[in-house]
Amino acid sequence: MDLDRLLPILLSVAWLLPLASFALILFAGPRMGKGGRLSAYVATGAIGAGMVLSLVALVAWLIEHPIGTGEHGAGHTIEPITGELYTLAQFGSLEINLSYYIDALTVAMFAMVTLVATCIHVYSFGYVHEELHEVTDPLVTTSDGQRLKRRGRFPRFFQYMSLFCFSMLGLVIAGNLAMVFVFWELVGICSYLLIGFWHERRSASNAANKAFIVNRVGDFGMLVGLMAIWGGLGTFAFGDSRGPNNQMIQQGIFSQVDLIKDIYGYGDAPDPAAAEARIAQQFPLWHAQGLGYWLLVIAGLGIFCGCVGKSAQFPLHVWLPDAMEGPTPVSALIHAATMVAAGVYLVGRFFSVFTPEVLLLIAVVGCITLLIAATIALCATDIKRVLAYSTVSQLGYMMLALGVGGWVAGLFHLFTHAFFKALLFLCSGSVIHACGTNEMPQMGGLWKKMPWTAGTMLIGCLAISGAGVPLLIGLSGYYSKDAILAQLFSFASWTPAGAWLFYVAAGGAAMTAFYMFRLWFMTFVGQPRDHHLYEHAHESPKVMYVPLVVLAVFAVIAGWTIPGTNLGIEGLLEQARPQGTAGGALGGLLMPGVTLPAESLSHEHEIHVPVTLTAFGVALAGFLLAGALYWWRWFDPARIARAMSPVYWFLRNKWWFDEAYQFLFVRPALRIAQWAAAVDRNVIDWLADNLARSVQLVSVFDDWIDRTFVDGLVNGIAAWTYWAGLGLRTVQTGRLRQYVMLVAVGTVALFVIVSFLRMYAFAAP
Amino acid sequence: MNLLSEPVGLAHYLVVGAFLFVCGIVCMTIKRNAVGVLMGIELVLNGANLNFVAFGSWVLRDEGAASIGLDGQLLALFVIVLAAAEAAVALAIALNYYRTHATVDVDQGDELKG
Repeated sequence: MDLDRLLPILLSVAWLLPLASFALILFAGPRMGKGGRLSAYVATGAIGAGMVLSLVALVAWLIEHPIGTGEHGAGHTIEPITGELYTLAQFGSLEINLSYYIDALTVAMFAMVTLVATCIHVYSFGYVHEELHEVTDPLVTTSDGQRLKRRGRFPRFFQYMSLFCFSMLGLVIAGNLAMVFVFWELVGICSYLLIGFWHERRSASNAANKAFIVNRVGDFGMLVGLMAIWGGLGTFAFGDSRGPNNQMIQQGIFSQVDLIKDIYGYGDAPDPAAAEARIAQQFPLWHAQGLGYWLLVIAGLGIFCGCVGKSAQFPLHVWLPDAMEGPTPVSALIHAATMVAAGVYLVGRFFSVFTPEVLLLIAVVGCITLLIAATIALCATDIKRVLAYSTVSQLGYMMLALGVGGWVAGLFHLFTHAFFKALLFLCSGSVIHACGTNEMPQMGGLWKKMPWTAGTMLIGCLAISGAGVPLLIGLSGYYSKDAILAQLFSFASWTPAGAWLFYVAAGGAAMTAFYMFRLWFMTFVGQPRDHHLYEHAHESPKVMYVPLVVLAVFAVIAGWTIPGTNLGIEGLLEQARPQGTAGGALGGLLMPGVTLPAESLSHEHEIHVPVTLTAFGVALAGFLLAGALYWWRWFDPARIARAMSPVYWFLRNKWWFDEAYQFLFVRPALRIAQWAAAVDRNVIDWLADNLARSVQLVSVFDDWIDRTFVDGLVNGIAAWTYWAGLGLRTVQTGRLRQYVMLVAVGTVALFVIVSFLRMYAFAAP
Repeated sequence: MNLLSEPVGLAHYLVVGAFLFVCGIVCMTIKRNAVGVLMGIELVLNGANLNFVAFGSWVLRDEGAASIGLDGQLLALFVIVLAAAEAAVALAIALNYYRTHATVDVDQGDELKG
């Protein structure tokens, strides 16, 4: 079968299966076996089938488009498969439809998302089994002082997970910006529902609200970007829409933007006036706004603003650590592997829309994010929060890479990160499941109790730290992080002013290794710190550690490229590289001094070798420091914390971001709300009350009128009729003859009266 | 105008009709026997009939005066039919009245007085 027809069918089915599962569990969930046990099989079956279909699609893609063995990064772009599934509405020239845009990135994302999601679904069998029965929540006290008792929510968990899988896959397959936005919001609501899964806990419901509200801020920017693109280009579709004979019907966003960029001629000292003239000729909509190039900048900033919210970038990163209130499989799937990576995915997808100025901003924001999050992770003690800040930091790496032109590097890190971070989160879930606490200072020495978890988590830590034998082989993180650092180094060599980005990223790599091994050492080695907790700790059931092993395997091999070919994730992504980024260097129109080097340049030997050695060196330094502090105990961490107490408290309090936002936004908002409430109570309620009172007075008066006059009239007529009837009944004697007499006499009397009237009153003059 | 000296015309018929009518009324008024009252009704109806026929006659018509023509005869026939029907119903009522009151004195039937 033709690939153009096969792939949309395969991926659409994989996309819609979780929706079917969601609908089924929604309507029949609690009746599926005892406590809704079967709902887990339904949800897992749906996503598992989706995984099989996605892998088939991946294989079909690879057969049709074998990855070239040529020079790495040479980049040949394959025409994406686009099409329309269903038209929802048409307003004038604005068409809202469900469409697909399938290229190597889509196929790879499908395979990754379904694979990770399947592992996490299986793991959830074990993790949420308590929800099968009635649950007593130890963290919630009801008003009568009892622990909260409630019905189990096993089916609900899998219902939301299915909805999330559907939304995430929809976001990936989406072929136009409107559809992206719809699914963007859908994954947001799933995140909200799952963070607040234990919504009786105040912290969980607060965290859910926080996640949702912070994302709203980002989505506002995204709407602005949507409008800018619609206003400037007149379409939401990514790809071109072509007729049966391959004639152009409507150019998509990407090809229009590519044309615009060609006209402006990045890096070639363009003639602005001539460029504007050509733009005016070819893009009437664009120029009618009188904004020209700035519209593209605004569109890029807006889209990126949405990505900042979703991918928890500075300054909207505050929601992700709090989102750890949700169940751990949720943290693994939504808040580590897939949904938060959606922002990075969208930046990658829209790469060609971003102007160099916007890309530079993306890089700076990513760099700040990675630094802030990594420093906070150094001092956090909650095992999940360490991982959450690590996630934020790694997302910062991806943004940074994309921002300096490392398209493949950034997205490559997205894939490897999805595997090892999902693995790390699931391991932490296994630890929490065994210990019943998130606090690492209470753990220690657990590797004897739970060898599988400890072993797989060690692999995860090695992968995220980028462990490997330099220049030879390594775990997945080794390749992706090296690619990012290499791109940064290459950028720094073109634009010396941007060298600090490289130094921060290298420092971040050291910090990554430090906090990950700090986590591992504190949890698994040394003496148990809480003996009661240690006695009760146990290895998780098989259903939980088998997914760990599967993910660990991927955490090791995801970065590998089959020797002698380019067959690997990196090579696959190379096929989806946006047009115009393969060769040469990009310069900005507004900032001529900045140059974004093409990614292939970072594979040069003189860049690659020093960067790899640097990355290995800093990671090793971080590892050794963590070992010295937490394993061999050469130094006492508590003493160091005391010695550097201002810094320590600064980091413990997470740079006071929450407090600052509390002071800057939440408190004023509450103050305004209180003020509004006071106005409401004192002015509007007063008005309403007095209005009601005056209405009451009027109605009392009205009642009096009603009773006196209207009723009086009716009653009077009735009484009069009654008395008249009483009087007239005496005439009714029942004597027939008298009646006849009266009729006769009456007739004669009438005749006489009429005659007299005729004679005198109406006589003619 | 002296009717006695005039040749017989419309006015004479009207006088006879009026006489019949008044006889009927008087009969209805003074008779306590239900059958007598019915006879009075017949007299009233026939007095009216006489007027109709007289007004409809071509012979008695005054010079230049309009006549209701055949309509008069038709109405008279209609009244006769009506009288027959009325007599049948009224006699049935009288019989029933007699059965319940053991008399035909209309003054005894005053149960519905006010």
